[in-house]
Amino acid sequence: MTSLVGSRVERKEDKKFLTGKGRYTSDINLVHQTYACFVRSPHARAKIVKIDIEKALKAPGVVKVFTGDDIAKEKIGGLIAGWKIVSQDGKDMKVPDHPPLAKSSVNYVGDHVAVVIAETLENAKNAADLVNVSYKAMKAIVDPGESMDSDEIYEGIEQNLCFDFVLGDKGKTDDAFSSADKVIELDLRNNRLIPNAMEPRACIGDYNSSTDDLTLYTTSQNPHLSRLVLSAFGGIHPEHKFRVVAPDVGGGFGSKIYAYAEDAVVAWASKKIERPIKWVAERSESFLSDCHGRDHITNVKLALDKDNKITGLKVNTIANIGAYASLFSTVTPTYLYAPLILGVYDIPTAFCNVKAVFTNTAPVDAYRGAGRPEATYLIERIISKAAKEVGMDQAEFRKNNFINKFPHQQCLVHNIDSGDYRAHLDKALEISDYKNFKNRKSESATKGKLRGIGFSTYLEACGIAPSAVVMSIGAGVGLWESAEVRFNATGNVSVFTGAHSHGQGHATTFAQIVGDKLGVAIENIDVIHGDTDKGPFGMGTYGSRSLAVGGSAIAKACDKIIEKGKKVAAHMLEGKAEDVDFKEGDFILKNSNKKKTIGEIAFACYLPGQYGEVKSPLPEGIEPGLKETSFYDPVNFSFPAGTHICEVEVDQDSGETKVVKYTAVDDFGTIINPMIVEGQVHGGLAQGIGQALYENSHYDKSGQLTTASYMDYTMPRADNFPHFKIDYTTTPATSNPLGSKGCGEAGAIAAPPAVMNAVIDAIETEVSMPATAEKVWKKIKEKHSKKEAA
Amino acid sequence: MKTFNFKSANNIKEASKLSSSRSTFLAGGMTLIPALKLRLAAYSEVINIKGIKKLSGIKASSKSVKIGSITKHVEVSNSKEVKKSIPSLAVLAEGIGDPQVRNRGTIGGSIANNDPAADYPSACMALNATIHTNIKKVTADKFFKGMFETNLKKGELIEAIEFQIPEKSAYAKYPNPASRYAIVGVYIAKFKTEVRVAITGAGNCVFRSKELETALSNNFSSSSIDNLNISSKDLNSDIHASAEYRAHMIEVMAKKAMENM
Repeated sequence: MTSLVGSRVERKEDKKFLTGKGRYTSDINLVHQTYACFVRSPHARAKIVKIDIEKALKAPGVVKVFTGDDIAKEKIGGLIAGWKIVSQDGKDMKVPDHPPLAKSSVNYVGDHVAVVIAETLENAKNAADLVNVSYKAMKAIVDPGESMDSDEIYEGIEQNLCFDFVLGDKGKTDDAFSSADKVIELDLRNNRLIPNAMEPRACIGDYNSSTDDLTLYTTSQNPHLSRLVLSAFGGIHPEHKFRVVAPDVGGGFGSKIYAYAEDAVVAWASKKIERPIKWVAERSESFLSDCHGRDHITNVKLALDKDNKITGLKVNTIANIGAYASLFSTVTPTYLYAPLILGVYDIPTAFCNVKAVFTNTAPVDAYRGAGRPEATYLIERIISKAAKEVGMDQAEFRKNNFINKFPHQQCLVHNIDSGDYRAHLDKALEISDYKNFKNRKSESATKGKLRGIGFSTYLEACGIAPSAVVMSIGAGVGLWESAEVRFNATGNVSVFTGAHSHGQGHATTFAQIVGDKLGVAIENIDVIHGDTDKGPFGMGTYGSRSLAVGGSAIAKACDKIIEKGKKVAAHMLEGKAEDVDFKEGDFILKNSNKKKTIGEIAFACYLPGQYGEVKSPLPEGIEPGLKETSFYDPVNFSFPAGTHICEVEVDQDSGETKVVKYTAVDDFGTIINPMIVEGQVHGGLAQGIGQALYENSHYDKSGQLTTASYMDYTMPRADNFPHFKIDYTTTPATSNPLGSKGCGEAGAIAAPPAVMNAVIDAIETEVSMPATAEKVWKKIKEKHSKKEAA
Repeated sequence: MKTFNFKSANNIKEASKLSSSRSTFLAGGMTLIPALKLRLAAYSEVINIKGIKKLSGIKASSKSVKIGSITKHVEVSNSKEVKKSIPSLAVLAEGIGDPQVRNRGTIGGSIANNDPAADYPSACMALNATIHTNIKKVTADKFFKGMFETNLKKGELIEAIEFQIPEKSAYAKYPNPASRYAIVGVYIAKFKTEVRVAITGAGNCVFRSKELETALSNNFSSSSIDNLNISSKDLNSDIHASAEYRAHMIEVMAKKAMENM
């Protein structure tokens, strides 16, 4: 039997998606369903003086209008930040209340003020226009760089500071800098991004008063986690009577991790009106109110000795957290960021300070990469700058500073189990034909184009995460994953996972693991997820964890099945369990020609007493049935790494940058399905190149989002990219039984510095992301006028 | 979207009869439908004119190419007559929006809307087009009045656009990377008696560049653009491009158009 693991198995789920037979939240319609329209704040910051709902209530088709007062009266809890960060003065982070509907103030454009529930969507929208809110507008705090010096948005949160986080040894790092041979410095801005999943958020609250059951259909990456948050902290409904279903979900990228105000409101309001309530975001609502990503202002300094070895690293960051502290917003710029600033380099000491500030903008939270792209950007940009300043080749400078021995305890947090950084760098140099870059540069010059090359040798920490570790540093939950592998009597298998697939291809990848483990044909394996009524509690999908953590739980559950199967087989074959081997679906008694297939064992487990040769096929003390559950808690993070090399051509006349060549060599540990991994890399690269060259969210001074549609927010498209050259090197992870490290975020993490290093190499001057044509043109012009002046 | 009555007209007379102060014509709907959905516009009647055969089609003579108002962009870009008589016009049509827009959007809809960054208005101005409506004929120079403003009266319907065939012409645009509308689009047309240059995307309405027309009339070559210093006065400045950049890109696109000529 050929191994399924490692094969390009076609995605089992594609047929339904490609033929329009997927079932998304907005495809679900319930009997007696009503429609919700949210009244949103047009101001970035204002006091609510009065909300007059009288006219709206009288409008055609209106069932009910709720405001923040109605929710407050019921003592419904607000939305929470799930990770407590402690500031350097030992005090806990400060977060404002985040009521699902605003109580007395609104704090960003799009903030939720009231909800109109009506018989039709049109009725709801028309009535929403009639909700008359009197605001007292206040000066909006928009720029994170100015937030600490501006007046307080929330009473008691001085300097608008959520926390002042530090990591590393300051004294030792200061010493490293004072004895440094050279110090390289950079000021960087990591631009704010809007996630833009293809499917906008949606939810349906459905309360049945006769049974007291509440169901929430929602576009979630982690339905169990949403239920926990809404139940334990929102107090919306007890967990055992609360079902959360995340059916087919069209992309998340982090933005669908969080339980949002709309989820809380439709779930709660459905109980009030005892009818289902449906809400589907319009694209403009997604722009305004989905959590955004990134938005850091960073100063980074690198200390070098005379041999161009790195001796220290210092990072100061202001992270924009937006108007409220969303679920993962506090861990993203701290523990997912600060430990990763070291990259793949052997750096003896480092110090990182992150000040997270509130502003009157949409909440900022985890977005594909979450903290790691920000960290990778700063280290890969300054490494590139350092190599240039000391006159060393980019590859050589990196090799000179790589971590070469594993496991490697970094000076900040992580103990990296495995890797081979020279291997992927060398492979990338070869594939990208690095040695002939100069010829390509001259060729571009003949067309009037400036060609540049950029490196990114990145490290990420995935497989999030060992529960004991994360809970010791403030996590509100453990980050294990669950699985249940259930044989049906007829020999096919249902696999329940706590991970959630919204594009990742779990139905295929997980089935490949189970198929190989149990020797069952892939078409006889079904993967079930996304419903709290099916399968055990799971933590969901983010941080490239589904395979490393969720897949490992599945593998462990399969091991338990085999263990039980051996006992049953031994009994049926009249031998000892320790004498039974399991291979490719057969239980074989050693030194005999006697065997039972796993299908026969499953059948016997479900029909003991009905089965042939012996009276009961089950040995004493073995229960009927064949299903096993596993809760897998990883022993460490996993550490994917890789080398990306980007070449760009810059048009000197327009300043337009085109990525003309892109090579990615990644080490994701063991790969289950190379085709799915390629897709993940492509998608990540599109987002990473998008961040570097195209995507930007722009709030004007009054806090209006001026890039709130595809007319103004540049989503990259296929014609913006060259044909990507993708390859792998493999060092299996030692932290999980599959040896997998995670691949979902790599492209978005690695690409921005690779692209920007290439642009800067081409134009020989610094430029910030996104490197739009006009920005680059101005930089080229400035450089020329400086040259002329000199 | 607010509720409206949907009516279809079979001929121009019927369309005209159905129209009122609270109605709008629907051709390709590529701008109208999003505006309705976003509630930026609302009408009590939407009158479908897509079924009016007389408004569709392309006719070429030795002097002009006449294109019916509900002719789709893709029909213009694929038209043998257009490619032969005014190839630059086919190039322009091929670069509008995306395939979905080109398969639905119409030339009449585009110029009636007069988006300051739309492509077609520049072709109308540069190619000295005559706009035929159900009540008048008007030159492009007089048709485009300002931002989203034309000299069409309420209920007036464009029937066809008649482009003069130049000796040479070319269109070059620098698209907004988000919307792919023109940040700057430059249409240059050389006639026996004059050179006409129309600019879209850069100002609040399509306009003719006297600077470029004069320079190219004196010497119809790319080099005559080199020493021009296009003023950024009155040009748009927004999150996508400053007036200074737009002024610069007028030169760059004008040179590109000359190279493509």
